[in-house]
Amino acid sequence: MGDKKEFRRGLADAIPVCLGYIAVSFAFGIQASEAGLSVFQAALMSISNVTSAGQFSSLDVIKNNASYAEMMLLQFVVNIRYMLMSTALSQKLAPEEKTISRCLVAYGVTDEIFGLSVTRKGRLHPAYSYGLIICSVFGWVLGTFMGAFAGNIMPQRLISALGLAIYGMFLAIIIPEASDNRAVMGVVIGAMALSCMFTYAPVLCGISSGFRIIIVTVVIACLAAVIAPRSEEETADA
Amino acid sequence: MHSIYSYIIVMAVVTYLIRMLPLTLIRREIKSNFIKSFLYYVPYATLAAMTFPAILHASDDMRASVCGFAVALALSFRKKSLLTVAVCACIAVFVVELIVI
Repeated sequence: MGDKKEFRRGLADAIPVCLGYIAVSFAFGIQASEAGLSVFQAALMSISNVTSAGQFSSLDVIKNNASYAEMMLLQFVVNIRYMLMSTALSQKLAPEEKTISRCLVAYGVTDEIFGLSVTRKGRLHPAYSYGLIICSVFGWVLGTFMGAFAGNIMPQRLISALGLAIYGMFLAIIIPEASDNRAVMGVVIGAMALSCMFTYAPVLCGISSGFRIIIVTVVIACLAAVIAPRSEEETADA
Repeated sequence: MHSIYSYIIVMAVVTYLIRMLPLTLIRREIKSNFIKSFLYYVPYATLAAMTFPAILHASDDMRASVCGFAVALALSFRKKSLLTVAVCACIAVFVVELIVI
């Protein structure tokens, strides 16, 4: 009966993630209400999606009243990294783990929860994942609710400053790996440069921000996979 | 006008399937080195493209955004936690805006 212990351990391990999520989803809540979502809609999006990059990028699509197809494609490309993480986690679960457990663990595959799950020694216990997920998602939804609810009465200076929160978090995810790995650094610089070109160059700037991210990602990641393919040992660690 | 609820459902379904299908279907390792490499680079390309140049327009004043960007970069290179980097970038913007606006 290690389930209870694993669950509690998961809850405790996810406390820093929970706090980080509150800060970032607070910023999301503010932006969501600026994009025209109600408090309920913002919270509903957070509890049903649990994906920072996906949710932030979706606001542009919603504001521009773009097609559902564009939304699907954007979410697919922005979140495709979860496929790699889920694949890695599938190797970490016991092969006889039930499908229902796998479906529940899948709900909470985020960068941070994945990081905590995959660095645990031995097999991944679903109860541990449930602890991580409940604690983290609680913070994610609470922050969204507060941001969407109280964001409107917050001083403009504070809202302006919080606008940087999500980008700070993105940089904190990509830069440490980039500083250790030259290929990743090339990907980061290349993607930023190409994204600039698509934002400011004539004609290209007419492309919506959603498709801009999709195009930049596919082009740069393909180039990197061709120029600097991962070696067998490197991919074995992933 | 598309419904916001429909957008949310579309997003949730796509995102969940991405997470659920590999966990339930794939039990063996992916063989293609190209796909593994591509998937490995995807998050870095996506997050970098989303961050720049959007970060320059994220606050009310571009000078403040540039300072926030610089602070976030400097702390990220020192491998500070997500929370530290995000909060310090916000503080930098707040302080610069107090001074320049």
